[in-house]
Amino acid sequence: MQFFTDLILILDSTVRLAVPLILACLAGLYSERAGIVDIGLEGKLLGSAFGAAATAAVTGSAWMGLLAGVGVALAMSAIHGVASINLRGNQTISGVALNFLAAGLTTFLGQSWFKRGGFTPQLSGDQRFNPITLPFANELAGVPIVGGIYSELISGHNILAYLAFIAVPVTAFVLFSTRFGLRLRAVGENPKALDTAGMSVSRLRYEALIITAVLVGIGGTYLSIAQSAGFNNNMSAGRGYIALAALIFAKWKPWPALWTCLLFGFLDALQFRLQGFRFPLIGEVPVQAIQVLPYVLTVILLAGFIGRAVAPKASGIPYVKER
Amino acid sequence: MTEAKPEQASAQRLERAAASPLAIELIAINKHFGPVHANRDINLAVRRGTVHGIVGENGAGKSTLMSILYGFYTADSGEIRVDGNTAHITDSRHALRLGIGMVHQHFMLVENFTVLENVVLGAENSALLRPTLRKAREAMKRLAADYGLEVDPDAVIEDLSVGQQQRVEILKALYRGADILILDEPTGVLTPSEADHLFRILRTLRDEGKTIILITHKLREIMAITDEVSVMRQGAMVQTLQTAETSPAEIAELMVGRRVLLQVNKAPATPGRVLLEVENLVVTDDFGIPRVKRVSFSIRAGEIVGIAGVAGNGQSELLEAISGMRDQTLGTVKLNGQPLSLQGDDGAARAREAGLAHVPEDRLRMGLVTNFFEWENSVLGYQDKYGGGLGLDRSGARKQAAERIRKYDIRPANPDLKTANFSGGNQQKIVLAREMERNPDVLIVGQPTRGVDIGAIEFIHNQIVAMRDAGKAILLVSVELDEIRSLSDRILVLFDGQIVGQADPLTADEGQLGLLMAGVHEGEEHPPGPGTLPDHVNPIERSLTKLGPKQDSIT
Amino acid sequence: MSARVPLPRWVDVALLPLLNLVLAFLIGGLIVLMVGQNPLEAVGIMLYGAFGYGSGFGYTLFYTTDFIFAGLAVSLAYHAGLFNIGAEGQAYVAGLGVILIALALNGNPWFVTLPAMIVAGGLFGAFWAYIPGVLQAKRGSHIVITTILFNFIATSMMGYIITRVLKPAGVNSDESAPIDALSRVPQLRVFWSLFRNSPVNLTLFLALIALVFSYWLIWHTKFGYAVRALGHNPTAARYAGISNARMITVVMAIAGALAGMIAVNNVGGVQGRLILNFVNGAGFVGIAVAFMGRAHPFGVALSALLFGALYQGGQELAFSMPGITREMIVTIQALVILFTGAMGDMLRLPLERLFARRQSARVGG
Repeated sequence: MQFFTDLILILDSTVRLAVPLILACLAGLYSERAGIVDIGLEGKLLGSAFGAAATAAVTGSAWMGLLAGVGVALAMSAIHGVASINLRGNQTISGVALNFLAAGLTTFLGQSWFKRGGFTPQLSGDQRFNPITLPFANELAGVPIVGGIYSELISGHNILAYLAFIAVPVTAFVLFSTRFGLRLRAVGENPKALDTAGMSVSRLRYEALIITAVLVGIGGTYLSIAQSAGFNNNMSAGRGYIALAALIFAKWKPWPALWTCLLFGFLDALQFRLQGFRFPLIGEVPVQAIQVLPYVLTVILLAGFIGRAVAPKASGIPYVKER
Repeated sequence: MTEAKPEQASAQRLERAAASPLAIELIAINKHFGPVHANRDINLAVRRGTVHGIVGENGAGKSTLMSILYGFYTADSGEIRVDGNTAHITDSRHALRLGIGMVHQHFMLVENFTVLENVVLGAENSALLRPTLRKAREAMKRLAADYGLEVDPDAVIEDLSVGQQQRVEILKALYRGADILILDEPTGVLTPSEADHLFRILRTLRDEGKTIILITHKLREIMAITDEVSVMRQGAMVQTLQTAETSPAEIAELMVGRRVLLQVNKAPATPGRVLLEVENLVVTDDFGIPRVKRVSFSIRAGEIVGIAGVAGNGQSELLEAISGMRDQTLGTVKLNGQPLSLQGDDGAARAREAGLAHVPEDRLRMGLVTNFFEWENSVLGYQDKYGGGLGLDRSGARKQAAERIRKYDIRPANPDLKTANFSGGNQQKIVLAREMERNPDVLIVGQPTRGVDIGAIEFIHNQIVAMRDAGKAILLVSVELDEIRSLSDRILVLFDGQIVGQADPLTADEGQLGLLMAGVHEGEEHPPGPGTLPDHVNPIERSLTKLGPKQDSIT
Repeated sequence: MSARVPLPRWVDVALLPLLNLVLAFLIGGLIVLMVGQNPLEAVGIMLYGAFGYGSGFGYTLFYTTDFIFAGLAVSLAYHAGLFNIGAEGQAYVAGLGVILIALALNGNPWFVTLPAMIVAGGLFGAFWAYIPGVLQAKRGSHIVITTILFNFIATSMMGYIITRVLKPAGVNSDESAPIDALSRVPQLRVFWSLFRNSPVNLTLFLALIALVFSYWLIWHTKFGYAVRALGHNPTAARYAGISNARMITVVMAIAGALAGMIAVNNVGGVQGRLILNFVNGAGFVGIAVAFMGRAHPFGVALSALLFGALYQGGQELAFSMPGITREMIVTIQALVILFTGAMGDMLRLPLERLFARRQSARVGG
């Protein structure tokens, strides 16, 4: 029974830790499917986390924070869009630059505005997104197995988390059952096909970038004002890159992306549990070894030891109207 | 302007059309690209319900003209009239609304979508896909019945043959209600029988009242299918003729501006010992599909062996395998009796060591680094030979490059100029000079005159023959049957990765070769095809498929 | 098919980067204004701090040394078409090599230990770059992501090694045992009192040698020819008999070795022991330096000096002006990468139009 409770708790943590990954991963999916490489997901996560926490602290409202978080992501996407689409610059460099920009600006502005060494003030109450108890969760808590799953695992997350999970089937529908999704996928494979049919490649790519920004903005907001109670320096900790790796591993499809992100969430959850844990024979595993696990796993994923992947054909190539 | 359904719009147009016999009229069209005057005062009148050909050499301006008509570019000055009404065509959507549809030379299809998805892309009539696809399916059935355009709507594009893919392109235009179809170099990648099938479809379309504009440089097609032909030369419209009243010779002369008298002069071959031997070669492509299926042949010193075949039948893979650019799955390649080990991503180096030189089919993708200076490209592949030890002998390389520029008349005569600034013909000369001057035993050449203008073509052909006379073994691959016939001492026909026939260029019947190239074996039904043409127009018919540089893709 | 008139070379190599830099600074200046300070005054303080006095200049040169190595590490990889974001981790891991060999040879004079430190640091740095290189070459793993991940892994790994393995018993701070003074790389103030108490040391000359070496390697050797061919066109490189896989791994290894020299400067020179996070962002600055310097050693040298001055000036500024921190420098750095790298063409089109107009005016329209 203890094992079951433990399992539920770990799965619960898994879900909570996977949310920012899922959002970042889906965000990247729209961009990449449209042919834009977005290495800057990390910076967007960080930037929107900061924007959300700072705004929530100042205005006292989590929803204002969400707005600000998405706003920051939109601004960064705009820069990336102008650099990649209009100026046809190198999308990788643009992403890397935006990551540095976010890292620098968030700490710099954090320090000058709040004077806490880069941290925003502790948030509480309405400044955060709080857990929502689903109907009958408390009543069902006592029911063996199912009750536990419902009240602990499924209920009790905040609205952003639920949004993240809903976003997966919505993305699948948009991508494969709508006109917009068809055009989006086309522009990532053969933008010329759309251009010669009289549609604007730039407009479609910008639309994709907007969706990316909204999703990753929600992800960053979740990090600072739902999962935590404020912004810490570099709190994204590489999640943007892990989300990219998950996307590649999931072969740019929404449902596999969900499972991959959950896997990473699971590892993250394990990490906390394993710290200080004494294994038989090995003894205590150093904290750094556990910290490093997600990154090592990402490298292994990228090394394709678990299968190769073929990216959308036009990915990363600036579109030039040419004859 | 309200968006009428494509069928309604078409009917409306046909009504209005009764008023004017001209589907398209271009009046004094001018277009500049910077200092280049691509279209000069062009006048063109295309009558409705006809197949109108526009013919000219590479760079004559025909594609630009059609791009203006299709809305891709805007003319600097001049007027366009569609069905008698003046039109300012701003983009391709506008052109489509006017009933003008374009079938491009390089298909604008999404490879991993189905036929149906490609047809509806951009012309979807609802935000949700399912109703859109349903309507499109029905429309496609009708179009197939009306015009004979049979394609499986659920087939994925990358699984279709080139001819079928082209049909999808035509369907796309018709689905959007096009009455005027512009086809840009449609037969470049088709077998002779696929081309015939296309012509049948075009005739049906014309008979049903559609207007067809055919852009080509192949006189064969002009004679076979067009009612009228307009000849362009160096950006200007030279003359419009009735096809029935003209001849290939007349058209050729108008295209080039002088009597064309190109014949490759060569003495009969005197082959020596066997230099290159290919035995049971099997080569697979990047997806594991065999493209070369047990090919065996040999080439002697002082002999040119030409491989004839339509593009996509394994020629590229064959050349790549022999030159070390692609691993072979099975079989051996022997040079001077010694088997070559060409595996691994530095196989090309070992091929060169053994005495094999390679002029690739795609010079921009493979044979040159366009960002390098001319002298740097003149040592590409042989860079280790310039200077002992680690250092690169830059001045030695430059000197040699300058000598070759003189010998091969490469222009501009500047070894310090970036290679991207040289014309196609001169770039090809750089590659040829490099490979030939190393004095190889065996030279393999792919598409030697692709994208090369007439003056350079003669030079290149003479150089190849000169190498043959110097006792080298030459393997020539070209999709231009005429080039194969005029240069080769022996012809091998490649179809679907196998050698299906051999021929002697002096006695070979072109019709028979065409059949072999299409995979029809001797003794089978001879389908009706275009007639043969006198030799002296052959060099003008070059399939000048434009190949752009590939983007770097490491990151 | 549009005929774009190419810009004159001096504009391409000098004016455009300069304008991009000015733009980055203008925006940086705006940020300074935002926090209520005077940008012009800020620039003045920075210039003084960087060049105005001996010790300050020494610090500038010290930072410049690090940035030259990092810039070369990124530039070399760039010529092969690879983005090496991992210079930070490569330098960090190189520190391990440096301290191990230095402690092993502890007590020997510097002209014995220095060559050993260079070799060891180079090997360890090369190794840390080699693995992502192999993964890219053999498995197609995107080198940008793998090098970034390896930075993270290096931080954890080195953290463990320093705090659990190398830290001598009884020491409170997270660092290794120290290298004897005579075994360390001598500081320049020994020879020139101008530099007072600044940490610039002989490694500066190693950096200059590395610059010349890089220039020679890339443009005057067969290897460099192969690297550049690969960077421009991998298919043509393969056609030329160049093994793409081998080139990628070798280039990354050399790049890692170059980054590793940062460890010689810090661990073997200034700090004289291995401390946590001694690289302190130099690897990332290298990226900005490489792009600003157009991946050319001469440009790298100038850009490295600029950033060195920025860093030292920034320290001075943080000292004198409240509200300005190091992060502002990081921000300007990011803006430089953005403008010279991704948006490098932003000013190109207006400039082209300007020059085209002047040209046609000269020709007579």
